[in-house]
Amino acid sequence: METVTLTIKNQPDLYLEADNITPDAFAGKKAEEIAGLHVYVGREQHRLGDFFEVSGNAGATPEETKIVVNGDLSRVKYIGMKMAGGEVVVNGNADMYVGAWMQGGKLTVNGNVDAFAGTGMKGGELVINGNAGNYLGAAYRGDWRGMQGGKIVVKGNAGSDLGTFMNGGEIVVGGDVDVHVATHAEGGKIVIKGNAKSRLGGQMVEGEIYVLGDIDVMMPGFAYREDVDIEMDGIKGRFALYEGDLGERHRKRKGQPIYAKLYQQIGA
Amino acid sequence: MTKTVTDVICPFCGTLCDDLEVVVSDDGKELYEVYNACAIGAEKFLHSQAKDRITRPRMRQEDGSWKEISYDEAIEYTARMLTDAKKPLMYGWSSTNCEAQAVGSEIGEAVGAVMDNTATVCHGTSLIAVQDIGIPSCTLGEIKNRADRILFWGCNPAHAHPRHMSRYSIFPRGFFTGKGHTGRKVIVVDPRPTDTASLADIHLQVEQGRDYELLDALRVAFKGEKLPDVVAGIPKAKIYEAAETLKSGRFAIIFFGMGVTQSLGKNHNIDEAIAVTRDLNEYTKAAIMPMRGHYNVTGSGQVWGWLFGFPYAVDLSRGFARYNPGETTSNDLLRRDEVDAVFVLGSDPGAHFPFSSVKKIYNRPSVAIDPHETPTTEVCKVHVPVAFVGVEIGGCAYRMDNVPIETRKVVEPPEGMMTDEEFLKRVLGRVKEIQGV
Repeated sequence: METVTLTIKNQPDLYLEADNITPDAFAGKKAEEIAGLHVYVGREQHRLGDFFEVSGNAGATPEETKIVVNGDLSRVKYIGMKMAGGEVVVNGNADMYVGAWMQGGKLTVNGNVDAFAGTGMKGGELVINGNAGNYLGAAYRGDWRGMQGGKIVVKGNAGSDLGTFMNGGEIVVGGDVDVHVATHAEGGKIVIKGNAKSRLGGQMVEGEIYVLGDIDVMMPGFAYREDVDIEMDGIKGRFALYEGDLGERHRKRKGQPIYAKLYQQIGA
Repeated sequence: MTKTVTDVICPFCGTLCDDLEVVVSDDGKELYEVYNACAIGAEKFLHSQAKDRITRPRMRQEDGSWKEISYDEAIEYTARMLTDAKKPLMYGWSSTNCEAQAVGSEIGEAVGAVMDNTATVCHGTSLIAVQDIGIPSCTLGEIKNRADRILFWGCNPAHAHPRHMSRYSIFPRGFFTGKGHTGRKVIVVDPRPTDTASLADIHLQVEQGRDYELLDALRVAFKGEKLPDVVAGIPKAKIYEAAETLKSGRFAIIFFGMGVTQSLGKNHNIDEAIAVTRDLNEYTKAAIMPMRGHYNVTGSGQVWGWLFGFPYAVDLSRGFARYNPGETTSNDLLRRDEVDAVFVLGSDPGAHFPFSSVKKIYNRPSVAIDPHETPTTEVCKVHVPVAFVGVEIGGCAYRMDNVPIETRKVVEPPEGMMTDEEFLKRVLGRVKEIQGV
């Protein structure tokens, strides 16, 4: 695997739209060709090389390409957008849309990311070793297909609107989450190892939410069913099972409605 | 002598009352009296006659004082500001006519601006919800003639839309609603005992920030499922009663306002309220409608809808339209330093935006187009006064139910004063000259 290293040398005066920082766009290119790829600041088009020091050549295919991005990237949007293979490592904080519409490969951020990370994600693995902003793994505006596949792991906390319209894949949050989790979800799995606030599973049709900490306010549409023992992916303990959202539509199997499931840990 | 102009449209709120009578001088240069309007609407007409009205553009000087400039100079400053910027914000658009909005959109496209209207701090969240799950709506005429279950959620028309209740929602006698208010049941959901709530048959005094839970509880109640004993501070018996009241009507209408669109959850509250409306249609006829504020904020959504495909927060910087509230909305752009110039027309962000955003406007090249002196004109570099739309110039406006209504000119603007549309056309011409296209 070939490694391309990008180090930010000039900060944009507004924000940098760098949707070309993906193994797919870099594949088969030499350092100077990569430096010539376009980026945008507002309506102005610039070269990637105007803002980044580029070293190393890319592999022949995305799968053979690894990109390491260094520096303060908190004004850089769209890193790893639509990437389908290969690897990206971001050493620093990144702005919005990290790994949005990602289809494959691995993207690791050693820092925090702003909103809309993993928007409409279809596959691959997104690891955020800091905190994530709002709309992690959610649908883009107006789209009824949120995260459909792949896995997102956040070490820290996540913001609001986590996994909106999710219908596949998995999100694991190590810390706490803000309001609205899995709103409108029709599938997928969300694990929250810290605490949750309110509005978990609002308008949720199908899918699973696991909460290991506290929930401030439970949705009225979720009804307690029973206590169950769970052991999976390093989670082990006794959980209270709630089903809902009772107000939402649900498909039926053998005459019985299939509800979304919310598990809250109640014991070891 | 005087003459009376009848059937005048009121350019204040989204109710767009169309039955005003205005008394003007014979030469049409002075306006004396306004009849049938509410206090706010009447004031808008009368304010056009203010003796201390600003009638020429002015530019802020180094020492903070204003210097009068010509319209030509104001056009030059505006065109230069927009063409020099990498990503200008063009905000407002809600208190002007659709004709001006269309010209403004053309400028926005030419300079790669972000176009945003007052929905961004108002009913923009409703528009997000509409895009997510659709909306079963109707016109205000249908409500007057048919609705017998009126639900006001997080809005207070008694003060914000003063004639709404008498013209459309609670009191009027319509074709199938001959008994007026005695034939209607009114439900108000509001944490406060407002003047609108005092007219309600059922007032659900929801715990602040728990609207989403209460809406969800209504849906659970419609389906006859079990509820927790108390939801959002309201005992379940009262929720079942409200659900039954709504279901038993012939036509239910939900009106909603800032109390749900800008409190915790924002678009999700509306999303759930639309779902409540959809569920109600299983039992009776039901519709839902946002209580739009500015008289033509609906129109700016319409104009951009047909020009760009999105109703607000349209980012044209890359030459195609992008829309993502949370990123392309004015306050996010200002707060994050994503824009480098600010153009304001037909709105007052100085009064409505958080102070942190207003400071950003103050720190940038900025122009405010507004007939009045406002908090916005106080922080902008150039203030361009214009004629009052709906008073001194006509033009199309959209009512809160998306019905277009042609507003009327009733009085002449002060000598030599430009309209929004004239000013924008001149700016567009100058922008094209500078860009050499």
